[in-house]
Amino acid sequence: MIAARRGADTLIILVVLLLAWQGLHQAVGTTALPGPVPTLSYLAKFVPTERFAENAWATLVCFFYAVVLSYAIGLAIGVWMGIHRLSGAVGEPILISLYTLPKVTLYPVVLLIFGLSLSGRVTFGAMHGVLPVALLIMNAIRNIPRVYWKSARTLHLSTWQTILTVLLPATLPEVVAGLRIGFTLTLLGVLLAEMFAAKHGLGFLIINAMQLLQAEEMITVAVVVFAFAALGNALLLWLEHRLHRRA
Amino acid sequence: MSRVGWMRIAVIAAAIGLLEFCCRIGLIDHRVVIPPSQMADALAQLLMSGQANDQIVRTFGIVLVAAAISVVAGFALGVVVHALPRVRHALDPFFATYYAVPIFIFYPVLIVIFGLSVMPIVLMGVATAIVAMIIATLNGLDRIPRVLGKVARVHRMGTVATALLLKLPAAAPHLFTGVKLAVSYAFIGVIASEFILAPAGLGRVISDAYTDFDNRRMYALMLLLIIVATAVNMLLHVLDQSWAERRGIGKP
Repeated sequence: MIAARRGADTLIILVVLLLAWQGLHQAVGTTALPGPVPTLSYLAKFVPTERFAENAWATLVCFFYAVVLSYAIGLAIGVWMGIHRLSGAVGEPILISLYTLPKVTLYPVVLLIFGLSLSGRVTFGAMHGVLPVALLIMNAIRNIPRVYWKSARTLHLSTWQTILTVLLPATLPEVVAGLRIGFTLTLLGVLLAEMFAAKHGLGFLIINAMQLLQAEEMITVAVVVFAFAALGNALLLWLEHRLHRRA
Repeated sequence: MSRVGWMRIAVIAAAIGLLEFCCRIGLIDHRVVIPPSQMADALAQLLMSGQANDQIVRTFGIVLVAAAISVVAGFALGVVVHALPRVRHALDPFFATYYAVPIFIFYPVLIVIFGLSVMPIVLMGVATAIVAMIIATLNGLDRIPRVLGKVARVHRMGTVATALLLKLPAAAPHLFTGVKLAVSYAFIGVIASEFILAPAGLGRVISDAYTDFDNRRMYALMLLLIIVATAVNMLLHVLDQSWAERRGIGKP
């Protein structure tokens, strides 16, 4: 019942968005913004082509490495700063100000270090994802009830056992929330890197299409990325809600 | 300052010192990163020569305009949406996914529509910032205590007086959080747009300096952006904290 209503609401939003798109198309003309119908039919034609598959694969590989790095480093920093109170107190404001920095500014530095390579794009993507993951996990660990720590000590658990059998299960919903935001921002970082300087990937396709004035292709790629991000987010959000209900 | 505060400064100083040391002994190539002292020197010279003043004024002006539009329009939209529960209900999934989608992929679309001018950059800044303000406004209005409505009725206050004297102050802390987010998001939106493609502005100048291998200029302007962004964020954070403390809900 609730799910059906929520589905209906999402449908309404989609219809309104499509109408707004059509209206904007009428206002600015076909060369600038093709309407939804021609774009979607172009999408159906373009997505199965090899060119799309190659670039989508390039982005996906880059995004995969970047997400793995973000999660691994973010988890390590978050767990360390959550357990060790002093490092957390010293480090938290530093992490927060790094988080609010426009990291695009630093992309040239990444490029100078790594060159125009996959590792550069992966590093830049991971730079976006690490901080929110670390901050959310640190806060989750800090909020664990004291009695959990006591029982871990009573049972003489080692540090690793404490992390794996007490900390992670107790903070699982927050960890998933961190992973969700890390997913989003890492994707943003990877796409920005591709838009700024790359010869492959969906970000490159968009900039290339803009320079060639191929509005249909540009919007098609944007719609595909949009759908991918929205689906990934919805999936992780669903997982998060389930874990919260369990707890 | 507290012991933790001193330790934090020591950590930052050590990081900068380590970078300086590695650059000086040649562990890091000066073609990749120049020593922090040289960055500061280059920035001081650039600011005194006034060469980059136009770009600095332009970029920070756009950030200010985009943040102001976002705050005003976001607040207005938030109030309207809050008054219409059905619309709000329908918009909830939209708000939940908005920041999950890399909206920068629509920047080229804006360029094609409006041309390579200041307009797409302002719109991109607004697009990144406005939804945070709308969400903060909704949160603030949700958390107005019900008793205030009763107080207004007891005192026979009009709608305008209730809104200005009771509701606005009650929602103010949440609204300020929205302002804080809007400013820092507008900053990110504008700089990132200028980086990708723009006729002028700090992002463009940094990206040009990178292409010209002009490291001194590039690092000087990066340093400037980092200093300004950190200073603005810290200022907003301090204001937010002192406000919270005065209301007795902040950390002592």
